Amino acid sequence: MSQNSTGPIQPGQAAPHEQITTEQVSHLASLARIALTPEEIERLTGELGAIVDSIAKVSEIATPDVPATSHPIPLSNVFRDDVVGETLTTEQALAGAPEHDGSRFAVSAILGEEQ
Amino acid sequence: MAKAELMDFDKALEMFEPVLGFEVHVELNTKTKMFSDAPNPAAADGGTGEPNTMITPVDLGLPGSLPVVNEQAVKYSISLGLALGCEIAPSSRFARKNYFYPDLAKNYQISQYDEPIAFDGSVEVELPDGTLFEVPIERAHMEEDAGKLTHVGGATGRIQGAEYSLVDYNRAGVPLVEIVTKTIFGAEHNAPELAKAYVAAIRDIVIGLGISEARMERGNLRCDANVSLRPRTAPGEEPAPLGTRTETKNVNSLRSVERAIRYEIQRQAAILAKGGTIIQETRHWHEDTGVTSAGRPKSDADDYRYFPEPDLLPVEPSRELIEELRAALPEAPAVRRRRLKEAWGFTALEFQDVVNSGLLSEVEATTAAGASAHAARKWWTGEIARIANDRGVDAGTLVSPAHVSELVAMVEDGELTDRLARQVLEGVIAGEGSPQEVTKARGLAVVSDDGALVAAIDEALQSQPDVLQKIRDGKVQAAGAVIGAVMKAMKGQADAARVRELVLERAQQQ
Repeated sequence: MSQNSTGPIQPGQAAPHEQITTEQVSHLASLARIALTPEEIERLTGELGAIVDSIAKVSEIATPDVPATSHPIPLSNVFRDDVVGETLTTEQALAGAPEHDGSRFAVSAILGEEQ
Repeated sequence: MAKAELMDFDKALEMFEPVLGFEVHVELNTKTKMFSDAPNPAAADGGTGEPNTMITPVDLGLPGSLPVVNEQAVKYSISLGLALGCEIAPSSRFARKNYFYPDLAKNYQISQYDEPIAFDGSVEVELPDGTLFEVPIERAHMEEDAGKLTHVGGATGRIQGAEYSLVDYNRAGVPLVEIVTKTIFGAEHNAPELAKAYVAAIRDIVIGLGISEARMERGNLRCDANVSLRPRTAPGEEPAPLGTRTETKNVNSLRSVERAIRYEIQRQAAILAKGGTIIQETRHWHEDTGVTSAGRPKSDADDYRYFPEPDLLPVEPSRELIEELRAALPEAPAVRRRRLKEAWGFTALEFQDVVNSGLLSEVEATTAAGASAHAARKWWTGEIARIANDRGVDAGTLVSPAHVSELVAMVEDGELTDRLARQVLEGVIAGEGSPQEVTKARGLAVVSDDGALVAAIDEALQSQPDVLQKIRDGKVQAAGAVIGAVMKAMKGQADAARVRELVLERAQQQ
């Protein structure tokens, strides 16, 4: 709902120039479930800052009349017919699972909602 | 769980204005999934497969696997967008919504973010008092469903202390359309009813389009209901800013949608009136107890870091395709309601009764199967609705329109009396088979053999000579006692009108 939704990103609307902080890097690392040492956080903060600066330069050139590109191949509408194909057997599906009960994957309990 | 304090609904409405928003997820009934050619468990004949039997490497996010868009799912999504009065984007894209939860094996859900396929629409909803309400639609976007988790263990589980979850990925990748409303103002006292009517309208639309099985109890149609309250201000004063909202999930029936909204309004009002604050969070609806409970707070977990899905190309439907799909749209539900009302010849009250019960489709399907509109209405809003209400389920889940129509025909043909038909209905609902099968198995058919009836009548007349005399004297109402005795002897399995006819006939011949 729009009451709280994140609005669409407008092309040409450059992100405000901000220095990347160590807090942002450790936040991103925790979202991505990557354990970082304080030294790594320090180094990556500098590296990520350099990347953001480079992107900011591109954003200066990308005016609203330049459409955003998400893919290097100028193709669209690559579709598949709605026809059932081959599926994995349960054994194949579970073959790489560290733990299972014979038909389902077993994972560590995650507190919260039942999906 | 501690029971939350609730404010009286009317008092809550005096102090606060309810502000609503809905996210409805529709599982499409295509033969295959959104991005893989695995069979779709939400298809018409999808059924409930054994766990992890309806999956391909794509659904498990195995390395090297690549998603490919199901064209039928795109067409269905466009049709739905058009039926919601939306604009269809000339170009739309998929995006990755990143989060770690074992319901999706690849650690992201493919969804749409800033370029949804459909946007800016509205749905006309009819409230119980017959007024029409326009629900504004912000967007409808395509995405994939997630797998199913079953939590095992813990204090009550079979393995003491061990807590883990079992994952079935059959549902992972099922095509979904998520319909998001704009913020809805002005529902006021009708907020709970509006919520129910809105979800029923979406259900009617997708059933009309034939793009989803739309069975809420199976999760084909799911509603997340957002509610916030804002304090009322004096006329002429600046309106208060919007209150903090909660999002209630797990609302799996039309009836629950209404109850959940009413509950959240009462719960939030009680907190706010005491000077408390509402926590922005996901809440879970509990069908059995009729309350919501706190889920996870909306915080880091909602930092989804969307970015364009690099494995998929943009969807750019041609003008021709859009117009072709538009031309093929079925009648809009609002137009349909007006047409059905006319065709069925119901009074405004009778028709409203059907609409408010959310049984329009059931009555329509029952008449299409051959029953008269009046008989169909009588059964659905009467006996079936009563049983559904007792059990706390939606009437449409109990029995099929074809079976109701069969039952109506049996009553009209004199094979069943109303009373017997109600017993047959019980059997049908209990899953004992079609009305014909239940009648046979339970031995419920009306005794239409006049010989058996006459024997019983003669016996009754002879044992009540005073009544017999009265009937002969022309006091026809006295026949009631004999009819009663005969019906009892026949265990109710006789047509009372026919018995009456025969009683009067036999009385003169005694």
